[in-house]
Amino acid sequence: MREITLSQAVNEALAEEMRRDDTIFIIGEDVAEAGTPFKVLSGLVEEFGTGRVVDTPIAEPGFMGLAVGAAMTGTRPVVDLMFGDFIYLIMDQLCNQAAKTHYMSGGKMRAPLVVRTNLGATRRSAAQHSQSLHALVAHIPGLKVALPSSAYEAKGLMKTAIRDNNPVVIFEDKLMYNDKAPVPEEEFLIPFGVANIKRAGTDITLIGTSSMVQVCEKAAEILSREGIEAEVIDPRTIVPLDEDTLLASAKKTSRVIVVDEGHQSYGITGEIASRLNEKAFYHLDAPVMRMGAMDVPVPFSPALEDLTVPTPEAVAEGARKLMSGELIHAA
Amino acid sequence: MAKTNTEDYLRMYAQMVRIRTFEDTANQLYLSAKMPGLTHMYSGEEAVAVGICEALTTSDRITSTHRGHGHCVAKGAAFKEMFCELLGKEEGYCRGKGGSMHIADQSNGNLGANAIVGGSMGIATGSAFTAKMLGRDDVTVCFFGDGATAQGLMYEVMNMAALWQLPVIYACENNGYSEYTATAEIAAGSITARAEAFGIEAHQVDGQDVLAVNTLAQDLVARARKGEGPFFIELMTYRYHGHHVGDINREYYRSKDEERDWKDNRDPIVKFRGWLVDQGVATEAEIEAMNAQIKQDAAEAVDYALNARYPAESEVDMHVYADIEHALAPHTA
Ligand SMILES: Cc1ncc(C[n+]2csc(CCOP(=O)(O)OP(=O)(O)O)c2C)c(N)n1
Repeated sequence: MREITLSQAVNEALAEEMRRDDTIFIIGEDVAEAGTPFKVLSGLVEEFGTGRVVDTPIAEPGFMGLAVGAAMTGTRPVVDLMFGDFIYLIMDQLCNQAAKTHYMSGGKMRAPLVVRTNLGATRRSAAQHSQSLHALVAHIPGLKVALPSSAYEAKGLMKTAIRDNNPVVIFEDKLMYNDKAPVPEEEFLIPFGVANIKRAGTDITLIGTSSMVQVCEKAAEILSREGIEAEVIDPRTIVPLDEDTLLASAKKTSRVIVVDEGHQSYGITGEIASRLNEKAFYHLDAPVMRMGAMDVPVPFSPALEDLTVPTPEAVAEGARKLMSGELIHAA
Repeated sequence: MAKTNTEDYLRMYAQMVRIRTFEDTANQLYLSAKMPGLTHMYSGEEAVAVGICEALTTSDRITSTHRGHGHCVAKGAAFKEMFCELLGKEEGYCRGKGGSMHIADQSNGNLGANAIVGGSMGIATGSAFTAKMLGRDDVTVCFFGDGATAQGLMYEVMNMAALWQLPVIYACENNGYSEYTATAEIAAGSITARAEAFGIEAHQVDGQDVLAVNTLAQDLVARARKGEGPFFIELMTYRYHGHHVGDINREYYRSKDEERDWKDNRDPIVKFRGWLVDQGVATEAEIEAMNAQIKQDAAEAVDYALNARYPAESEVDMHVYADIEHALAPHTA
């Protein structure tokens, strides 16, 4: 199968969907000729014109709000939010307006839009351009949240997001735009709420999101050399969350680590760990372990930034501790 | 010519050259992969930062932008701590935690560069509010780009600043572009008229002419101190480099001819240098000596910064909260 980058995969997904449905448009800063700073949208304006690939002023609440209104009245906007950190600027329009439209109207209105943005540290971009804020939007009922972990996932999830009748936020990892993966030429969609078992294993389950899937896979390789067979699972979407697959794996292996790049406290890892504790407690041989980014703003200095994100070595070390039973009586 | 004026002129010239030299050196660091992250160059816009900051005292405040090196130097920062910050070293102004986009030199009243476009407009206005409330005569200058005038926050705070006559000057550096888009494509109507709608006195000035900028700034700063603010200035200027250091192929949004024209005919340093020599303020030889000294200062500062220490690992959870030494130590946060 041909291999393409995550950028190309997103680009293809958007182009295919825009050809299929002419109510879809893209809106955001420097999305047209510049194709965004990450060049993900290159070429789309040539095919679809500036009427459907719409450059905006630097006015995030404004174009997000415009998208909500457009979505409510018959179009399907894809809002390009250049950096995930700018989520804070659009919170009112996304969370108070888009997320609640369907519910508050008793199901009579809807806001089918996609916000495509990014997450991830380790680019030396410092605290205002390095955040992983998916937990923030996952907290709001009415929003769906997808976290592609490869080019393949990015394409399939984007196409599904565009066809969904709800507001969906997709977070791509900034470090993965140039990562290549096999992606079929023929059309495919990845349904929401269906986790992907990336690697089967029997001894411990590693649940990773976004780029942490790779981290878990690398940890699994390290562990495998030591005779520990880890199962690696990518939930793909955190809203909806495929609890069944996660629970089945937890019951099978009886030990789980959840790894995510959001801050550890009050985040995704806590949510997943909690659900497993609630529903698989008597199958577990150890407490579910959480590994998130450190609870600090992401520092600029390479000497510090690298410390803040979970690494394969740290995940492997966590797994060893869980396997040895060291943590059970830690208290 | 009066001695004091001569000193002012030479200092303004030196400050502009210091900014340009800092930037050229930073660019080299970046291109030779010695500098982490990315950076936005200020070259071409020096007369704006210097013309305005030379009208301020040390305790007057500024807020800065993602293109913040120039403001930082103009407000009095030292090369050594700035280069250390750009390289993520412990002795940097922010102990390596901020980097290029968040550089701040508190000791000279710089409240910080900001990587969120328009993000500092509230901060600047709040700083002016403090001055008024506590009866200080400080003035705050809020630097931002033409692109940032699209942010709603600006209109919210200008309204309050005007209602309460706050000592703040909104300084819009109109370099013709907002990232990869021409200003005309993202700003409807006139930029100064937007401030005038709130009853704020607004001026447009040639941002390549350091004396014109400084004369206007002196006047407005003095008036803001007396409670006649706020004010708004649109400074017409140009950035020589791309939007950031990686923005190399940019002909699809701006022509090489246009870039050349600004560099060859409207360079703020070349223009001012010519004026200084014409007026007999300095000789060519004196200017060359000044330039050489600044180059040497920058080279020494970079050498120092390249060899300086990174912060210790234990710094990673320091400064998350005030009054808590280590946020992640048990029983603290
Ligand atoms: C809120 C926000 N939106 C978008 C960006 C990305 N961005 C960084 S600089 C920039 C353009 C800023 O243009 P302008 O204000 O004119 O300043 P200039 O770069 O020309 O100095 C953009 C869109 C950002 N940093 N913050």
